[in-house]
Amino acid sequence: MKRFGGGLSKNNAPRIISAASQNITFNRRSLLIGGAQGAIGLLLAGRMAYIAVAENERYQTLSESNRVNLTLVPPRRGWIIDRNGKPIASNRADFRVDVIPDRLLDQDRTLDELALLLNLPDGELARIRSELKQARGFQPVEIASGLRWEDYAAVSVRLPDLPGVAPIQGFSRQYPIGAAVGHLVGYVGTASAEEYDAEPNPLLITPGFKIGKDGLEKQFEQELRGEPGARRVEVTARGRVVRDLDKRDDVPGDPVKLTIDSDLQHYAARRLGEESGSVIVMDCRNGDILCLASMPSFDPNSFSDGIGFDEYAMLREDDHVPLRNKSLLGLYPPGSTIKPMNCLAFLQAGIDPEETISCGGGTRVGNRFFRCHSNHGTVNMDKAIAQSCDTYFYKMAQRVGMDRVAAMMRDHGLGEEYDLPVPNQFYGTVPDPVWLERKYDRKWTRADTANSSIGQGYVLTNPLQLAVMTARIASGQKLVPNLLVSSRRKPLTAMQVDPEHLQVVRAGMRNVVHGAGTARRARLPVENVELAGKTGTAQVVSLSRGDGRNVPWKFRDHGLFVCFAPYDNPRYACSVVIEHGGGSGAAYPVARDVMTFLYDRQRALADLEAMEAQWGGTIEQRAARKFAAFQARNAGTAADSDDGTDETG
Amino acid sequence: MDISIIPQPIRAQPWGIILLLVVLSGFGFAILYSAAGGSVSPWAGLHAARFTVFLIMALVISYMPESLFRFSALPVYVILLLMLLGVEILGQVRGGSQRWLELGFMRIQPSELMKPGIVLVTARFYATLPRGMIRGWAAIWPLLVMMGLPAALVLLQPDLGTTLTICIGAVTVAFLAGLPMRLFVGASAAAAVAIPLAYLFLLEPYQQRRVSTFLNPENDPLGSGYHITQSKIAIGSGGIDGKGFLQGSQSHLDYLPEGHTDFVFATMAEEWGLIGGLAVIFAYFLLLRWGWRLSFNAPNRFTKLLAGGLTMTIFLYAAINMMMVMGLAPVVGIPLPFLSHGGSSMMTVMICIGMLMAIDRQLRQRPGTSTFS
Repeated sequence: MKRFGGGLSKNNAPRIISAASQNITFNRRSLLIGGAQGAIGLLLAGRMAYIAVAENERYQTLSESNRVNLTLVPPRRGWIIDRNGKPIASNRADFRVDVIPDRLLDQDRTLDELALLLNLPDGELARIRSELKQARGFQPVEIASGLRWEDYAAVSVRLPDLPGVAPIQGFSRQYPIGAAVGHLVGYVGTASAEEYDAEPNPLLITPGFKIGKDGLEKQFEQELRGEPGARRVEVTARGRVVRDLDKRDDVPGDPVKLTIDSDLQHYAARRLGEESGSVIVMDCRNGDILCLASMPSFDPNSFSDGIGFDEYAMLREDDHVPLRNKSLLGLYPPGSTIKPMNCLAFLQAGIDPEETISCGGGTRVGNRFFRCHSNHGTVNMDKAIAQSCDTYFYKMAQRVGMDRVAAMMRDHGLGEEYDLPVPNQFYGTVPDPVWLERKYDRKWTRADTANSSIGQGYVLTNPLQLAVMTARIASGQKLVPNLLVSSRRKPLTAMQVDPEHLQVVRAGMRNVVHGAGTARRARLPVENVELAGKTGTAQVVSLSRGDGRNVPWKFRDHGLFVCFAPYDNPRYACSVVIEHGGGSGAAYPVARDVMTFLYDRQRALADLEAMEAQWGGTIEQRAARKFAAFQARNAGTAADSDDGTDETG
Repeated sequence: MDISIIPQPIRAQPWGIILLLVVLSGFGFAILYSAAGGSVSPWAGLHAARFTVFLIMALVISYMPESLFRFSALPVYVILLLMLLGVEILGQVRGGSQRWLELGFMRIQPSELMKPGIVLVTARFYATLPRGMIRGWAAIWPLLVMMGLPAALVLLQPDLGTTLTICIGAVTVAFLAGLPMRLFVGASAAAAVAIPLAYLFLLEPYQQRRVSTFLNPENDPLGSGYHITQSKIAIGSGGIDGKGFLQGSQSHLDYLPEGHTDFVFATMAEEWGLIGGLAVIFAYFLLLRWGWRLSFNAPNRFTKLLAGGLTMTIFLYAAINMMMVMGLAPVVGIPLPFLSHGGSSMMTVMICIGMLMAIDRQLRQRPGTSTFS
């Protein structure tokens, strides 16, 4: 038998194993094991004591930070109100559901479940998926807002199975007149990754918090924002809130009071109907902007809720550019609307208003013949304004020179960037020889003067500038536009223009409407209030392509109209631009009705309702119908492309 | 004596140890009651019911004669081995790991039963081995076979904790039986070399992760390290006297995973603090001391080895579990006897207790022997 030990053991005597020695071995070894077990027991007791006593403080902190979750309560956003205190942007209580991408375990399953619970349309799902792709882990993505209590509760009770989903009871932005103020106020939305990088404030990534993305909402972000509240809650490992521990209330943001008259704004937006254009009304006494409408527009309500994919695609594809603020970012040749102001330049240069020229349907400047739209015969200044005779301006502008005309334009606020709380404004062009040299490296010619004298060529203005120009002519004051009631208005200074000159021009403008002028149908249906105005047609393409009317929409001429009322004591100045309206005939009825609204609301509204019935309903109704049609058409093309080659995206 | 009024069968019960187990399980009941947020269901009630059933089972075992253990050792071992094989085959068939056999009325986890089974069969082997052969090869290879077969099958499941427990149980019996010391020294040295190799080639990736996480839990705070981290937070935040019954936030708010099974000690320590922890450790000390005393005083070699091996098996449960919970050992799925919720392990421990009680009864039938005090 092979043996271990015996032969190799140190005491060379062969080991005899007896029952007794075996017992001794057993006892020794069991003591050894028992001792080892006891040692491990002591080690455990020591370890336990170390963790529980020496490291107690550290682990208590960790346990507490596990248990307690400090969440920010987004502050209620300050209201944006109109001059009468009527809300333009307010807040309404809202049940909303967000997801926090970081905490999602199974995105597809969770979205499917939510889509089922909340009955989400496919367009919304597409938006959510694309936002989830872009969002960084911590950024909440809105699933749905404005939920009914039942839907909100349905999601809330399933939370244990839906990690990463956050139902929130909060406030959402509401714009009572919707699209009518879209371009003016902008909209709010969840902060993007870039915005968070620029301002690493934890509030920005709090679920439910939104910041201003455009317009006034963006400009007054800091004033409107307010101070967040805080909530200490006990949460489970899965993020479910067990109970509130304590709470600090939020401080709502400050309101912003605008000079806008919300009713007028709404009316003007509705009155623009299916046209693409802008209506601006200013108070001639102080420069307050009463109306800054630009249509078509987007509904900031749907933007703030997180706009659907389809809806955005529709807005982007629309040739009426509902995403552009035409009041500030639309640049148009002012056409004949600048003629009254040009007359001020002529008068200042010493031209007698009674001096006449002869209009034979145009005049020769250099080697080119400049046409007039009619054969006006003998024309003095008053007739030139009232009947918009181009020949008069071609000739007089040659006499006084472009520098004087351009100076008068600048004096009236053209080419000027106003100090307004808006993210962006285009301020157009007041051309003169120096400018042309710099810009195109070319000498100014007499033909350029002729073109500019009738508001064509290089002259570009935005609709607000036209309103300011008109208000300055009407008041004789160097008015600057105000949008905020709270801002200190600058003291008015009188225009450097002879009051008698102004009177001549104003009389000419009165005759546009009340004399033998171009806009006689613009008379206000209001007793004792006379309107003074000026029509304008801005050529979009050269006359060789047609007369600007019977051509496709986008080649048609822009229609413009500027006016003020009452003639004898100017109070309101107004400018209307209708893109591709085919001529001023599209613009002055709008101006007339908007001015009528200021004096006789019921009558103006009654007329409008009749018109809306023809157009197919209110702004919201028409937009909804348009969207449905867009979706139907898109669904059709999507189905077609399925049969063809592979899809992209 | 007053005692004589009490009928003999009642007097004959090992009341000391029963009381200890009732207290320990009662504490377990309280912890599970709290872990369920102050509710008897789903864990505490079942726990109490199981304990009652298994205690009766242990008392029944305690009436079995020593000769029955002796003669059934090998058949029981073979049956358990076949069951392990069956589990393995079923696992293959069903595609995946499988640890239990469905018997209709209950699930049996053969690997659990193998823990006392291996002790029983090795004790039987060394008790019958002629004294002179204990230092020879004939004392070694049967051990390797007896231990190796179930160890291999359980490792395949894969269940590292149970494999270790089975091996240590068998080796403890062999050690107590008197195999040459140098074998153990040599084996330890070999293990020091083999363990890193086993880590690399034998362990499943998830087991490897557990080990590496154990060595550095902060590396993976949300994954495998989460258990250890949260467990230490629970124990550490309990302090000396704990947060109070039903006041543990770690367990109630689900930060502590498996707070009712493997991590029940942490659940307890959060609410009862160091005092509760030391009480539990002390209770195990009393239990193990009882086991070792039985082993010392046992009438013959078989019962000595059996008692020693069974005591070691119970110790392994408690020690590995608590070391794991306190971050001294990797996370292996081993429950804490009498406190953790779970049927198979409690049954196993109670079988061990039952056999120890049988030895106890045998001893007490001789006059003048006290086994538990």
